[in-house]
Amino acid sequence: MYAYDEIDRTLVNERVSEFRDQVKRRLSGELTEDEFKILRLQNGVYLQLHAYMFRVAIPYGTLSSDQLRRLAHIARRYDRGYGHFTTRQNIQFNWIKLAELPDALADLAEVGIHAMQTSGNNMRNVTSDQWAGVAPGEIEDPRIWSELLRQHTTLHPEFSFLPRKFKIAITASDHDRAAIKIHDIGLRLVKNEKGETGFEVLVGGGLGRTPFIAKTIKHFVHGRDILSYVEAILRVYNQYGRRDNIYKARIKILVHELGIEKFSREVEDEWQHIRGSSLQIDDEVIEDIRSRFSYPAYEKLPHMPDELRQAAADPAFEAWRKNSVASHKVQGYSIVTISLKPVGGPPGDATAEQMDALADLAEKYSFGEIRVGHEQNLALPHVAKRDLPALWRALDKLGLATPNVNLISDIIACPGLDYCSLANARSIPIAQELTRRFANHELANLIGRLHINISGCINACGHHHVGHIGILGVEKNGEEVYQITIGGRADENAALGNLIGPGVKFEEVADVIEDVVEAYLALRERPEELFIDTVKRLGVEPFKERVYATR
Amino acid sequence: MPLVKGGKIADDTFTRLADDAPLPASGDILVSADRFVKDTDALLARAGRLGVIWPNNRDIEELVPHLARLAAVALVFPTFRDGRAYSQARLLRERYAYRGELRATGQVLRDQFVFMLRAGFDSFEVRKQADAEAFAQTVKRYSVFYQPTGDGRITALHRRMQLRHSEGVGT
Ligand code: HEM
Ligand code: SF4
Repeated sequence: MYAYDEIDRTLVNERVSEFRDQVKRRLSGELTEDEFKILRLQNGVYLQLHAYMFRVAIPYGTLSSDQLRRLAHIARRYDRGYGHFTTRQNIQFNWIKLAELPDALADLAEVGIHAMQTSGNNMRNVTSDQWAGVAPGEIEDPRIWSELLRQHTTLHPEFSFLPRKFKIAITASDHDRAAIKIHDIGLRLVKNEKGETGFEVLVGGGLGRTPFIAKTIKHFVHGRDILSYVEAILRVYNQYGRRDNIYKARIKILVHELGIEKFSREVEDEWQHIRGSSLQIDDEVIEDIRSRFSYPAYEKLPHMPDELRQAAADPAFEAWRKNSVASHKVQGYSIVTISLKPVGGPPGDATAEQMDALADLAEKYSFGEIRVGHEQNLALPHVAKRDLPALWRALDKLGLATPNVNLISDIIACPGLDYCSLANARSIPIAQELTRRFANHELANLIGRLHINISGCINACGHHHVGHIGILGVEKNGEEVYQITIGGRADENAALGNLIGPGVKFEEVADVIEDVVEAYLALRERPEELFIDTVKRLGVEPFKERVYATR
Repeated sequence: MPLVKGGKIADDTFTRLADDAPLPASGDILVSADRFVKDTDALLARAGRLGVIWPNNRDIEELVPHLARLAAVALVFPTFRDGRAYSQARLLRERYAYRGELRATGQVLRDQFVFMLRAGFDSFEVRKQADAEAFAQTVKRYSVFYQPTGDGRITALHRRMQLRHSEGVGT
């Protein structure tokens, strides 16, 4: 956990009071809606179909129990009793009243949470691996660097009015859980020959209307230079990124139009000017940030405690353990993923009661720490293995032990037409229907790892391009139509999916997905061949044939 | 439109000169980049101070050879969501050591004052009278800054280091 000091707290409070003044000026008419819009977006407030939506940052996905309780409080006091965890380590509240927002922000500030730059054309919440600091084999805890970047990007005087939003993600593991290749800047922690920490820097990833996988711009930037290098990228982007057309304004388009070689030369030139400046960070600064992350005092525990051995006899426990529990870097501990994808429920929603109860469970079983991942699930990062059965029973009572993590019903979906003013089609009801179709655990298990991603329009908030199966809602002649892609992925081998055929109607989507899955079961070489690997081996054609043969 | 300079509402000594207007013999004038480029020598030769209004999509390096003789550079925020001039301002101040007046023009609201000061602006053509009047209050709003810029304000990282060292000395 990172503990704010007085300096961080002061800044958040200053921001809250500034926003209070901005809301006051809006309510009195001193600010026009046009002027206010940009100001509220800088603070995570969107105007949606029914109400204001409020997006709160959970930097690099780490929360304390107290912070989670405070989010529950926001849901209860200012909203309708629930919140929605998003794909970028944020939580959204859908029914906030403008006049109450400053109070909500002040409540959050008390526990070191803010909503700065969770929307708008600025540097967004810096995201990272939700298993940071506990994943086996990690180079080092990427949150140290995420926090450094969080600070550096907060209220940046030069880059708060960029051509478009700007997202940075950091990973330190071979397996990329932070989806860095679909970010404006992706950072992968690496060590050089001397054992020094640095970054492989990727740039220009993004989804939306024109999806791109990020390209490597530099193989090694030393840790001490990371701020100047990022600043060089941003300065080039701020000056030359397109502002004439919002669909062409993301850095991915600039990188594409200039070509990665020319773009990287521009960055290199700029970097040489500022590299040795006050942006250079010395070890002392890094150590200072590191010192404010606290780590649990782990016990020496057996690899296989009796409690776990006994519980293994219970098939329901085993079903859950097999997909929700992952190895921890410390023997005797596990990382537990908590599925926010119950059968028939909207992906990523949690009620205030669930949040409160989880905060208690985290205190009891996970050193008071909770993580938020981009798959819209939560995790308890330090659970002693002996506690797994007890934790499971407690989660089950809360409706938080659906044994479907990484299975077909662990769906990522955007809010779609149910909340979003930009939507062309519904997403949540599609997700709900699919979780019902694949509610049978044996079937889901037989299918194995399979990610479905759903977006309600081309903006791609549900990351449909990189779903193993991607579902995109579009509008055609006043009707909702869904385009289906297969073969996408968001990890270290990130790829964009390919269309399998013409769009289908709302009522047909679940049937088509069932057909795709059936085709896979028939086509796979052996049970261990994952859906994504079968698609890679065979391409789209055989799926297309089977799915569209009877349509 | 009120001008804020030196932290206070001030009279603007500069007049904006249209591109086709005859050159007055004296007095402070602000001219467009086009006119400046076309007519540099004549503009610099006259009595009275000269300022240039530099658009935000034009390379600031073109201006560099003349900086020492310019009394003012006015950068432009066509809308306040267009932030290119922040980069231009920092480059002028921090890379090219420009010391004259650096003026923010266009859609300038109180909500940008702190950012602008940090980027090196020291005068502001403010859209709204109320915002201009609130200048002194508004710029006091923040006491913590995370990024080092040419304005020399101490950053949070360095403040922490100082605190740490002074604690170290005390014990
Ligand atoms: C309901 C209110 C929302 C609105 C109005 C909204 C709007 C947008 C827009 C316009 C974009 C495209 C920006 C661009 O490509 O330049 C976008 C991208 C994105 N949104 Fe949302 N969004 C909303 C909710 C969400 C939610 C709930 C999530 C997570 C589940 C989310 C996650 C994302 C992500 C990850 C991207 C980036 C995709 C990319 O790389 O282009 N958004 N959003
Ligand atoms: S993808 Fe489209 S419909 Fe879905 S949340 Fe984003 S903007 Fe709204």
